Amino acid sequence: MAVTEKDLQELFEKMPSKVQKNRRKHILIKNGEIENPEIEANTRTIPGIITNRGCAYAGCKGVVLGPIKDMVHITHGPIGCAYYTWGTRRNKAKREDHIKNFVNYSFSTDMQESDIVFGGEKKLTAMIDEVVEILQPKAITISATCPVGLIGDDINAVAREAQKRHGIQVLAFSCEGYKGVSQSAGHHIANNSFVEHVIGKGEQEEAPAKFSINLLGEYNIGGDGWEVERILKDIGYHVVSVMTGDGSWEQMRNAHVAELNLVQCHRSINYIAEKIETKYGTPWLKVNFVGIESTIKSLRDMALYFDDAELTARTEAVIAREVARVQPIIDQYAKLCQNKTAFCFVGGSRGHHFQGLFRELGIETILAGYEFAHRDDYEGRDVIPSIKPDADSKNIPDLHVEADPKRFRLKMSPEKLAELKQRIPLSDYPGMNVDMREGHIIVDDLNHFETEEFIKLLKPDIFSSGIKDKYVVQKMGIPAKQLHSYDYSGPYAGFNGAVNFARDVSMGFASPTWNFITPPWKNSPALSGEMNEGGDK
Amino acid sequence: MLDYTPKEIKQRPSGAVINPAKTCQPIGAMYAALGIKGCLPHSHGSQGCCSFHRMHLTRHFRDPIMASTSSFTEGASVFGGGANLKTAIKNVFTLYNPDVMAVHTTCLSETIGDDIPTIIKQSEIPEGKVVFHANTPSYQGSHITGFSNMTKAMVIYFAQASEGLKKEQINIIPGFVNPGDMREIKRIVKAMQLKFIMFPDTSGVVDSPMTGKFEMYPKGGVTLEELKDAGNSKATLALGRFASQDAADQLEKKCKVPAVSLKTPIGVKATDDFLMALRSAFAAEIPYELEEERGQLVDIMTDTHFHFHGKKVAVFGDPDVVTGLTEFLLSLGMLPVHVLTGTPAGALGSGLAGFENEIQGMLKAAGVKANVKAPGDLFELHQWIKNEPVDLLIGNTYGKYIARAEDIPFVRIGFPILDRSVHSYLPIVGYRGAMRIVEMISGALLDRADRDAADEDFELVM
Repeated sequence: MAVTEKDLQELFEKMPSKVQKNRRKHILIKNGEIENPEIEANTRTIPGIITNRGCAYAGCKGVVLGPIKDMVHITHGPIGCAYYTWGTRRNKAKREDHIKNFVNYSFSTDMQESDIVFGGEKKLTAMIDEVVEILQPKAITISATCPVGLIGDDINAVAREAQKRHGIQVLAFSCEGYKGVSQSAGHHIANNSFVEHVIGKGEQEEAPAKFSINLLGEYNIGGDGWEVERILKDIGYHVVSVMTGDGSWEQMRNAHVAELNLVQCHRSINYIAEKIETKYGTPWLKVNFVGIESTIKSLRDMALYFDDAELTARTEAVIAREVARVQPIIDQYAKLCQNKTAFCFVGGSRGHHFQGLFRELGIETILAGYEFAHRDDYEGRDVIPSIKPDADSKNIPDLHVEADPKRFRLKMSPEKLAELKQRIPLSDYPGMNVDMREGHIIVDDLNHFETEEFIKLLKPDIFSSGIKDKYVVQKMGIPAKQLHSYDYSGPYAGFNGAVNFARDVSMGFASPTWNFITPPWKNSPALSGEMNEGGDK
Repeated sequence: MLDYTPKEIKQRPSGAVINPAKTCQPIGAMYAALGIKGCLPHSHGSQGCCSFHRMHLTRHFRDPIMASTSSFTEGASVFGGGANLKTAIKNVFTLYNPDVMAVHTTCLSETIGDDIPTIIKQSEIPEGKVVFHANTPSYQGSHITGFSNMTKAMVIYFAQASEGLKKEQINIIPGFVNPGDMREIKRIVKAMQLKFIMFPDTSGVVDSPMTGKFEMYPKGGVTLEELKDAGNSKATLALGRFASQDAADQLEKKCKVPAVSLKTPIGVKATDDFLMALRSAFAAEIPYELEEERGQLVDIMTDTHFHFHGKKVAVFGDPDVVTGLTEFLLSLGMLPVHVLTGTPAGALGSGLAGFENEIQGMLKAAGVKANVKAPGDLFELHQWIKNEPVDLLIGNTYGKYIARAEDIPFVRIGFPILDRSVHSYLPIVGYRGAMRIVEMISGALLDRADRDAADEDFELVM
């Protein structure tokens, strides 16, 4: 079943006229006649629309900083922000020798009314002192929340002083929730600081091993990053750092020595990828380790980049071995999934990444979109020069970097690089839209109203999104798969991840519980017969 | 697990928190607003708060939690959020058509000082529809305060004393408890054959059935008619003074409905007090049905006392629930040696004595020496446990880190519980709720005894 422009028109007509005008630009029907049509994205949320979006603090502390395990992440604000980012995003982390792991802790200055009135700098300073005394972390982050910017607390000054006092790195992030229009602003704010203050601050000058890489924009949800690392190490790569799932401040400081950066989540980390390239000459490769085909393609792209016979042979051997192992299992599950349809609406990258994996199971994604991605995530990076920052986002600082005079090094000749760029997505991302099929819907910042309307129109067999609409969709009798938290399962990346995903999705279809929704008495008439006159009803 | 929490307790005079035992006001207000029929909660702030609060409530109840937000941008944060709220009100009624919109605030709109009543007055509200509000600054109190503020707002906006004589009906403010508890409280009052108005009432809203159809406004919730009529009731029972007393006092002030403040009816004594209060307000008989339940509970407590008598317990959570639990643990012969809430005591409303005093009073009467703190955090609770180990930990899901770190049997009671299901459907209040608590506690302790027993000491009958 396809949606026509007429269906869309009917949907829009139910909205207030201003909302209509706005939302039209955020919804596309993929149509091959128009090459890469423009979508509006990364603009302010309509008040009262019931969005799925979060805030810049969530993007900064919740997404990028939080997973870095050996730093203490202090939330400067009232208690809620720290509380809701405590253990709720499943960025797994292990304790290692010499690397502490604080991810099970939550730190908040717990601002009170007096801190709002008289300022919270003193309390923040005192908290840092206590944390250093009791926990002795190697580094600390401070994340600002909504009121901090308004009352004028200078968290940068507090961080500078604390850094001097304790001799450890203390980084301040002005990621107040109202900055930008979504989580996206927070990613940018976090990226800037790491480029400026952390990456390249380590002492290493040379890559410690052949085929050294950084894994960027991989947050190790449900162990995704570990599965990817398993495959990469097996082939012979050396992972210098992961940003930031199970990542550490210690490793990130030496990220400059890697020969290649892999970018899984383009939206949240492309700023760092770009700046490292400018500063140290390290190219980045857009990879996707979700789905068998995508994983294979990513591994082959990497082999092409390094152009080493042994590495290439090992790449093919590992691919062959893994596929032989997992494909038969996946095929069994796929029998339950054939010819089904999915909605795939996730934050800023998975709305695209999971479509291939769905397709491998026989499930077509008929509606997809992002909460907070930008036009380049939909249309590809070619459109970046035409994106104008609007009033709501122009206050997010853009960091300028230059080539490091000592450490900048071309990893290969410009000719070879140019030639490679023709073959693999080096420093490039073509976006989600190219992978969508004719007649399918692309929606930016999908809201609850549209969710219900599109479900009525398209009747998908499965809806993959997040926790806020999971139970809404299930109540309609449609399986819902969380693609943020993986419904507490995972990993979903890599070869093992594909098996887990196939198992979980087919379990969603096969569960006997769907058969019990309608009570038997709703389908059959009650025993026929007449009431005695005057009897109770 | 929690490897860096040292046994040695160093003072942390900053007042900052590590591993909180509370969260912020608006989530409590959102929960309370869901207890009105046909109501859409609205968060006046930046949208991150609203998403977080919906997420956390959704994870606890495993049910849809709907709410809208003003989605502040930086501009609105500097120049005020009036336009955002007006736009939101228009969009919400056009797209989602609730009967009522319940606006609460966040630290953002409170810090900039948005004047909500004025903004509401200037908004386009369709005829027959209602918008009301509560101020819920996140930098005061906790989620319990937010629940209290929204419940109080229901009285301020809706309750009216329209009749000269009070009606033979009672208002019940159940406090921040699960829909399963609200159902149980209603069952008890119905068993007494009394007319009542419960507000807020989230049963039928956040524990809605699977029907194959999504209802944005499920069947449950107190109606505006009932809220209005609350001004004509004979008395108000505030169950849990932290969550409920402010609203009850307000109703007394506004409509001359006498307020009676009681503990959340957890355990024998608090449930007895609840029934006695109903009995004395209406000179009603306690039906045999309830007397039988009480007798069954005491029977169970007697049968099983040797499982838990003398065992040391650490309890944390929201103050009303922790107060009820502490009293019940003492009636079981257990020793609550660490008792902690994250909600500040004595800061709410007027005339509320401190949490610490009340708990210490109960403990002193029972001859138990304990650490009691309000507000405290789970970092400190963990340190207390390292210094004086316990046999059992009771609290919300966040306790599982401590339970694992110290290998302590753990019973999940309170909010939020994110890692188990069913809990929100079943009560912990009333005699039946107390039976469930006994089952949970002895189950946890006996499972541990089984696990730890040597083969030759492994018992069939316990």
